[in-house]
Amino acid sequence: MSITPWINAIIQGVLTGGLYALFACGLSLMFGVMKVVNLAHGDLAVVAGYVAIGVVAVTHIPVLWSFLIVVPVMALLGYGLQRTVIQSALDRSVLTTLLVTFGLSIVIENGLLQFFTANSRGIGAGLSLVTGSFKIGSIHFAYLLLVIFAVAVAVLLGLQYFLSGSKYGRLIRAVADDREAAQLAGADYRHVFGIAAALAFATVGLAGIAYGMYSQLDPTTGTDTILLFAFAAVVIGGLGSLWGTLVGGVVLGVAQAIGGQINLSYEVLAGYIVFLAVLALRPQGLIARRAQS
Amino acid sequence: MSEPGNGTGRNGEAPLLEVQNLVVHHGQLQALDNISLRVFPGEVYAIIGANGAGKSTLMRTIAGLHSPTSGSVVFDGANVTRMRPERRATQGIAMVPEGRRLFGSLSVEENLQVGASFARRGQWTIERVYEMFGWMRERRKQPTALLSGGEQQAVAIGRALVANPRVLLLDELSLGLAPVVVQRIYGMLPQILTTGLTVLLVEQDVSQALRVASHIHCLLEGRTTLEGRPADVTADEVEAAYFGLGGAAPSEQASAPSEGSQP
Repeated sequence: MSITPWINAIIQGVLTGGLYALFACGLSLMFGVMKVVNLAHGDLAVVAGYVAIGVVAVTHIPVLWSFLIVVPVMALLGYGLQRTVIQSALDRSVLTTLLVTFGLSIVIENGLLQFFTANSRGIGAGLSLVTGSFKIGSIHFAYLLLVIFAVAVAVLLGLQYFLSGSKYGRLIRAVADDREAAQLAGADYRHVFGIAAALAFATVGLAGIAYGMYSQLDPTTGTDTILLFAFAAVVIGGLGSLWGTLVGGVVLGVAQAIGGQINLSYEVLAGYIVFLAVLALRPQGLIARRAQS
Repeated sequence: MSEPGNGTGRNGEAPLLEVQNLVVHHGQLQALDNISLRVFPGEVYAIIGANGAGKSTLMRTIAGLHSPTSGSVVFDGANVTRMRPERRATQGIAMVPEGRRLFGSLSVEENLQVGASFARRGQWTIERVYEMFGWMRERRKQPTALLSGGEQQAVAIGRALVANPRVLLLDELSLGLAPVVVQRIYGMLPQILTTGLTVLLVEQDVSQALRVASHIHCLLEGRTTLEGRPADVTADEVEAAYFGLGGAAPSEQASAPSEGSQP
């Protein structure tokens, strides 16, 4: 038996991990700062994908540039939702946010079904970026997965730079540590939460476009694929850790690829086995978050 | 004892901070019962009392972290009772909270930077804090968890100072610190006061409070039991007011002078 298919599986898994990291980082940020588990996370990514399709259809801008509109739209939506629905749920209790975002998820899914039918749609199908690849030895490298991986790393670097180097990034971390103490320093934590949500939703926008190019979007993709893989990546990598989402995404991607190499029907299962193993053996995740006071 | 503030407030000067007939509940429990006080510019006003007397509740209500059931908080002539805590902070009320409450995942310098995020104009800068606490500059990149309790308290004070407040609320500075460290921190107070700050502090350690304060106010079970200048009260009076002994039971209004002080 040749070893090449296994090496290939691992490489493809690593690259897919970039996509999963893109799914996961927004979820991780919302949880890390607001303690909100956004169950509508995946559905919002699908919404972003549909918005991208709509933007391209209406304005005829190149598909790749649709993010210039989608990302700001999603950021505004994130700020708006956080300041209204999610904040009012948070004011009651953290558990209420689960109910509210679950409700949001159902509303979005059924809204999409109503207006866009259950047909699946791709983004940019036929573009050479989406279909093309190059070969090193006998291993294929898809341009799209390389680009998505690079985007994921760039997003994580950008988030890290913002969180550690900017005034509002510092305030986001301060509010996550101790909301009252931040208020005493003059910070309106609801505004800071809004900014964190805007960042998270901006990444969700990219995730939606990326998945629409990588595969197909339909109204249920959000919960049955994006949210679940995002959860798995966040848990494997470590809750609330940004770079952990990349580690988690890569581990999930590799596990799926190896599972798929053994037997195609084991692909998704293998990912969840690793997810459960991490939950059981190292519940803080592979990259534990810095100790909090 | 006379009307609150009369002994310490300069003649004709308006109080910077005034609390009027404050009643605060924690759920069903009444934490503060009809508390009134006036803090004049430049004063060091100390609130003393045993555990559970309501001192911290009073401070948190002034800072805006608790909503009173009735009564009001007036800052610089404006009623701030319904103002959110972050707005009060930018208006010039800064608090060093009980237990320091530093941002654990931020470095020393980042803690100070957060304090300065919405600062008013004034002479306090991060640089000036480093000058006051000499050790802090070279440890500015460290996470605050690596600091000793006294050092953490210094960072918490610095974080409040860089906002350039007009009144500084100090809640239980001495809590959990060694007496030597407490002495050192209170030793900084004159230096802080030279910048024109007004200080309202809560202290369990009565002798410490009597040493630094220009006015003391004793609480017992949410009520005022004694108030005046340290020079005008005897040790026995303080002890009686603190523990609720002798004639100074909290229910007896005889020792609560706030009654006569309504404007």
